[in-house]
Amino acid sequence: MTPVLLIFFVLAGLAVLGALSLVLQKHPIHSALSLIVVMVCLAGLYLLMGAEFVAAVQIIVYGGAIMVLFIFVIMLLNAGEEERTDFSKIAKFAGLPLALALTASIAAGVAKSGANVAGSGQQVIPGATGQISSMLFKEFVYPFELTSFLILVAIMGALVLAQREKK
Amino acid sequence: MVPLQYYLVLSAILFGLGAVAFVFKRNIITIFMSIELMLNAVNLAFVAFSQAFGKVHGQVFVLFVIVVAAAEAAVGLGIIILIQRNRQSLNVEKVNLLKL
Repeated sequence: MTPVLLIFFVLAGLAVLGALSLVLQKHPIHSALSLIVVMVCLAGLYLLMGAEFVAAVQIIVYGGAIMVLFIFVIMLLNAGEEERTDFSKIAKFAGLPLALALTASIAAGVAKSGANVAGSGQQVIPGATGQISSMLFKEFVYPFELTSFLILVAIMGALVLAQREKK
Repeated sequence: MVPLQYYLVLSAILFGLGAVAFVFKRNIITIFMSIELMLNAVNLAFVAFSQAFGKVHGQVFVLFVIVVAAAEAAVGLGIIILIQRNRQSLNVEKVNLLKL
């Protein structure tokens, strides 16, 4: 087993454990911390694939901004342990097999499409960050500008939603 | 190098776990976090394909997905605060205005 493969399996195992913990934890703050573990592991995997810029953005935006926002809201609303409600009888028995079937079908689908790709490349792209920036400001300049508009609309929407109604 | 299929299967597992959390969880904040988990799984597949093809298009799309996720988090958490204010609860069972 090569070192790269070993690093992959450690990071992948940690990511899956974090995702499992997100499902199984009762308290939302524990779920949030598990999700941060998943995101940091994914950033490590991006580094392993030679996508340094995406790894940095993953840590800064996901781990740093979005998850802090989540934890901020959890603490602001003082969210406690979630109450268990009764599942329907069907959900108790069919839930796990259906979830496994969904995962297996997605895995089979993407792995099949991946098999057609195999053999081409599999190398670290040299100078990926420079290529991303030139692509972002040449080919994808309209979508890029549109995302700034999207963020503006999202900020205004959040402001309108969160403000108190005036009497 | 790690084969592409490994990354894709990991991505599918993470997506499946996110979908399970989305259906099973009762706390609206946790449900929202499971959406982020699914987005992350898709990002992993994007970057893996980008590396396999030797082109950076996939990584550019990951940046767009992250931007949309950030916008979605801002609006979604605003909605969550509104729900808490109106219902005094984060349990989705109590938010059933549209339920038949």
